[in-house]
Amino acid sequence: MERHHFEAEMQALKSQLLTMGGLVENRIHRAVDSLIHRNDAEAQKVIESDVEINDLQIEVDERCLKLLATQTPVAGDLRFIAAAMKINSDLERMGDQAVNIAENTMKCLDKPPLKPFIDLPRMAALAQEMTRDALDAFVRRDAELARDVLRRDDEVDDLKDQVFRELLTYMMADPGTIERALSLILISRNLERVADHATNIAEDVIFLVEAKDVRHHRVE
Amino acid sequence: MKTTAPDSGLRIRTAVPSKGDSPDVRPSEAEIVCKSVNLAYGENHALHDISMEMEARRVTALIGPSGCGKSTLLRCFNRMNDLIDNVRIWGEIRVSGLDVNAATTDVIEVRRRVGMVFQKSNPFPKSIFENVVYGLRIAGINEKTVLQEACERSLRAAALWDEVKDRLDESGLGLSGGQMQRLCIARAIAVEPEIILMDEPCSALDPIATLKIEELIYELKENYTIVIVTHNLQQAARVSDRTALLWLGRLVEYAPTAELFTAPKDKLTEDYITGRFG
Repeated sequence: MERHHFEAEMQALKSQLLTMGGLVENRIHRAVDSLIHRNDAEAQKVIESDVEINDLQIEVDERCLKLLATQTPVAGDLRFIAAAMKINSDLERMGDQAVNIAENTMKCLDKPPLKPFIDLPRMAALAQEMTRDALDAFVRRDAELARDVLRRDDEVDDLKDQVFRELLTYMMADPGTIERALSLILISRNLERVADHATNIAEDVIFLVEAKDVRHHRVE
Repeated sequence: MKTTAPDSGLRIRTAVPSKGDSPDVRPSEAEIVCKSVNLAYGENHALHDISMEMEARRVTALIGPSGCGKSTLLRCFNRMNDLIDNVRIWGEIRVSGLDVNAATTDVIEVRRRVGMVFQKSNPFPKSIFENVVYGLRIAGINEKTVLQEACERSLRAAALWDEVKDRLDESGLGLSGGQMQRLCIARAIAVEPEIILMDEPCSALDPIATLKIEELIYELKENYTIVIVTHNLQQAARVSDRTALLWLGRLVEYAPTAELFTAPKDKLTEDYITGRFG
């Protein structure tokens, strides 16, 4: 026996989350791009387009609640919907981080660049890759890929510390750089948070696939 | 039919039952123990090597598709299958230590310890009072105050007292479906069983009557061990502590209910409870 209607609804839920994931990746990419290429208008667009992600968040939540109320899912289905609700709020928060990056970017742009960008683009690339892989792991129910995402989180954290140390030397040498340096430190913090949310998604995927709660190093 | 003398099997408790305090009566926490239980109706091998333990004062739910053997297993616990011709049972079933199928075991004693409530409520065409005390009368108890006390206690335990206390002399058949089912539960607990078997007790009831029975199950498990057969998976999830899935006469998975409904270990369980079955 197949539950056609239910399967279709679950598929729609998955697609919606993927759409949202695509939008989030795109926003992070564009926010960092606007920093590197000093593109004020692009940063503004990133801020304005956050509403799309917010709307999707509400739609996904409504769909999940409806499925819980009408289909009383259990076992793998229940874990899927529980994971979807958590992934949904992680993605929305990642969208907010993209907005923060764009806002911090706009604060930097009225002054000349402090230094060439090296670590921030690397962080951004890593965070985006983690996001993409976490969502791929979700779609393919691939716990191994999810674990790989978890392992990469440390790399992002290290880069954030490195950015901080480097910018600190600039600020100590010349207080005139403090405002710009702080914006960049905040952006590194925003990217680190993006990676954290990707990690959360990866943990949800492991819960979905293996029914194991690995948050806060509970299992592994 | 053998009648039991008032003193032989049936004792009316006057104090609050404290089952856990008597280790001589209850050697282990498992109230029902099945070891490699098999059952065949003639050539039809209906139960295969069922081994499981049901804990005292817990609710155990038996689920599975029609014909999987869950009612058959339930009926093993109070030897209701004796009523069917051509049944063979082998393996061991112990109910609070008593070997249910042993030649020396008195079936009346088994059924006194193990009460049963059926899908279709079956009050006798008698007054509410007589329905409740029927088992006591059969056991030879006729003392009015004892019967009255047992009637009130049982009806209260079955959450029916307030609804019927002013019309105990009226026919039990005049009650609503849900009330009749609770009357049958009162009748079952009047003889102070240790275990109550419920075979689809709510399938003929509306959601409100169902809710009342489910609430009652929560209360009853403080004093009784309950085994419930249900087709309603949500009901199993709501009322039971442990759930067993039977499939073609075999025990597929037996686990704490919350675990079975969130992370079943067996693919068959997953497919059955998520409705992707076949």
